[in-house]
Amino acid sequence: MSTNPHPSNLSPVPSPAPLEVNALIKRFGQVVAVDGISLEMRAGECLGLLGPNGAGKSTLIRAIAGRAIPDAGTVAIFGDAAGSPQARAALGWVPQDLALYPRLSARENLRSFGRYYGLTGNKLEQAVSWCLDWAALQDRAGDLVSTLSGGMKRRLNMAAGLIHQPRLVLMDEPTVGVDPQSRNRIFEMIEALRKEGMTIIYTTHYMEEAERLCDRIAIVDHGRIIALDTREALVHNSFASRSQVLARLEGPPGKVSAWVESRGGRLVETTAEFTIEGPNEIAALLDAASEAGLELVDLSLRRPNLESVFLHLTGRELRD
Amino acid sequence: MIIPIVRTAILALRRDRGSMVLSFVVPIAFFSLFAIIFGGQHSTVPKIKVIVVDEDQSQASRQLVNGLKNDGSLLVITEPEPTKEQPQPTPYTASTAEDSVKAGDVSVALIVPQGWGANPISFRGDSGAPAIQLLSDQSDTIAPQMVGGLLQKAAMTSMPLTMAEQSMKYTEQYLGAYTPEQRKKMEDTLDRLRSMQSEQSNGAKGSSSTSTSSGGIIAVKTRSVVGENKKSPMISFYAAAIGVMFLLFTATGSAGALLDEAESGALDRVLSSRITMTGLLAGKLVFNILLAFTQLTVMFLWAWAVFKLDFFTHIPGFIVMGLCTAFAVASFGILLASICRTRAQLGALSTLLVLTMSAIGGSMFPRYLMSETMQKAGLCTINAWAIDGFTKVFWRDLPVTALWPQVSVLLAIGIVLFALARRIARRWEYA
Repeated sequence: MSTNPHPSNLSPVPSPAPLEVNALIKRFGQVVAVDGISLEMRAGECLGLLGPNGAGKSTLIRAIAGRAIPDAGTVAIFGDAAGSPQARAALGWVPQDLALYPRLSARENLRSFGRYYGLTGNKLEQAVSWCLDWAALQDRAGDLVSTLSGGMKRRLNMAAGLIHQPRLVLMDEPTVGVDPQSRNRIFEMIEALRKEGMTIIYTTHYMEEAERLCDRIAIVDHGRIIALDTREALVHNSFASRSQVLARLEGPPGKVSAWVESRGGRLVETTAEFTIEGPNEIAALLDAASEAGLELVDLSLRRPNLESVFLHLTGRELRD
Repeated sequence: MIIPIVRTAILALRRDRGSMVLSFVVPIAFFSLFAIIFGGQHSTVPKIKVIVVDEDQSQASRQLVNGLKNDGSLLVITEPEPTKEQPQPTPYTASTAEDSVKAGDVSVALIVPQGWGANPISFRGDSGAPAIQLLSDQSDTIAPQMVGGLLQKAAMTSMPLTMAEQSMKYTEQYLGAYTPEQRKKMEDTLDRLRSMQSEQSNGAKGSSSTSTSSGGIIAVKTRSVVGENKKSPMISFYAAAIGVMFLLFTATGSAGALLDEAESGALDRVLSSRITMTGLLAGKLVFNILLAFTQLTVMFLWAWAVFKLDFFTHIPGFIVMGLCTAFAVASFGILLASICRTRAQLGALSTLLVLTMSAIGGSMFPRYLMSETMQKAGLCTINAWAIDGFTKVFWRDLPVTALWPQVSVLLAIGIVLFALARRIARRWEYA
């Protein structure tokens, strides 16, 4: 294992698909956490699950990991039912929580989880060494987890999910609670995996992460996938060639919000957002503001993003 | 300034159920428990079980045995309990009575030897007749002294002085008058009897039962049949008693790692690997067994090094009892951890249960000091069975085969508790 202990990731993955979810339903009492989700992944792709907190992303991930029994529907990993020994071996899970032993060192944690997957001897040591390299933790390998920084713990948490050389990895919000520098380091780790052709499911409620890392993005809300496509296709399907105008206006607060609403826009804090078909609509918008007695302080034009798509599809902010 | 702090602390306490239980429920529960054990809420004073073997079968010996039977403080047994195999058991003999004391069935046995009735009154051991034998187990320091005293009482009440005086009168009436010399001797004898009665009624202590003879009205030869060569009678008892109590605490604390792992998500990660819940619990069980056995070993080695406990001649019995006890306490710990939702809950519940079990089961004070009801209740605890087993090994020097009741019960407890824990742990398997 000179650089990569996962040679299988480099070879073409034969059918069946890495992941097939069919009409999955999971309820907790009266709450329907996952409401009839179906999706299929292609080998080597990174699929983003984008949605606000409580949308059902983590429950979907738990069902795929075999840790939640569906009320209806099926989950198959490389053709094997979720939770089966074959599916467990093929799947790596990076949970949202820091699922580590705090009183063990980084190396001891990796060894422990490796043994749980049946790794022994040289194979185990090679896998541990690769994981420490990948997570850039070689120099802290002997330190207790409790003494590592938040970012290091996150990286170790990810490495522990890959110790057994899985073919499909579930990453459940791996950047929660880390600083921007550590987040970038985590992005680089994931991008390294992507280059090697690893199939990844990545859940997040940060659209920037989904845009940067994922080939396709599933927008999840109220337990359903309300859109699933590439970033460009999602934006195009919602906005076609339209653009967004962001305008900061000054005037009596009630008057500003009433005027923005009357023009079909929305007010986010002090900035008004309008969707326009073309740049020629900007002048008309400015004239109308002036006629309404509002002063324009700042103006910008942008292409709609996933945040805009989510708002367009649900009528709510992604981080509501 | 102070009141807001107090209000916040009260609010926090109200939300912390574990602390509330420890603060209010545990003390009340323990107060009640100790009150029940020692507070005389039971009208029945614990009776001392004593085997009586009447080899003499004379009128005097029968009177004495009847006197003992009529004593409310004693439970006199002359033959074993009937069983299916032996519906009509053979009465105890001196040999089987001694075996019963050695086995720990009773703490004391009395053997009334043949020929004793010919001259039952010893007058400080000068009768020349064979003395009553009191066979004792030194691990119970109270029962032999109690029985020795009650024996004298029975003799006094069942063969009073007046009987002696009456017999003198009948002798004179039917056989003729005493010579002056005979009369003087008789009067001297009666005077000594009166003097002895007077001493005892004034509360003066006669010399305590020794290994040779009694200073009471009847001669008693006391013999320790268990532990006569032991240097420190209670060391093995306390090593086991205290050891088991702390084993229970350690086992619950160690099993609590399950709760930490569940809370951190490590449990989910482990269960998504090749490890099943049964495998995980079995692994925890084995670790806790090893931990508990090591703890016991350290405890007994300390007892050997510091208190001269005869450890190395009892290794097989120690291993058998140590492993069975460790299995039972490890299962107990895992069951408690699987029942509780948080570490705080586990702390409160384990404190309550372990201290209760230790109090009833004899870890804090010997069970023979408790009422019969409490002694029976103690059999519901791991402590009682473990202590009984270790006592058999280290005190009674019984072979490993004699441990089968303790081994069977501890293994059964371990299996049942682990099965229950596995059942309850299903809540962690799937959401």
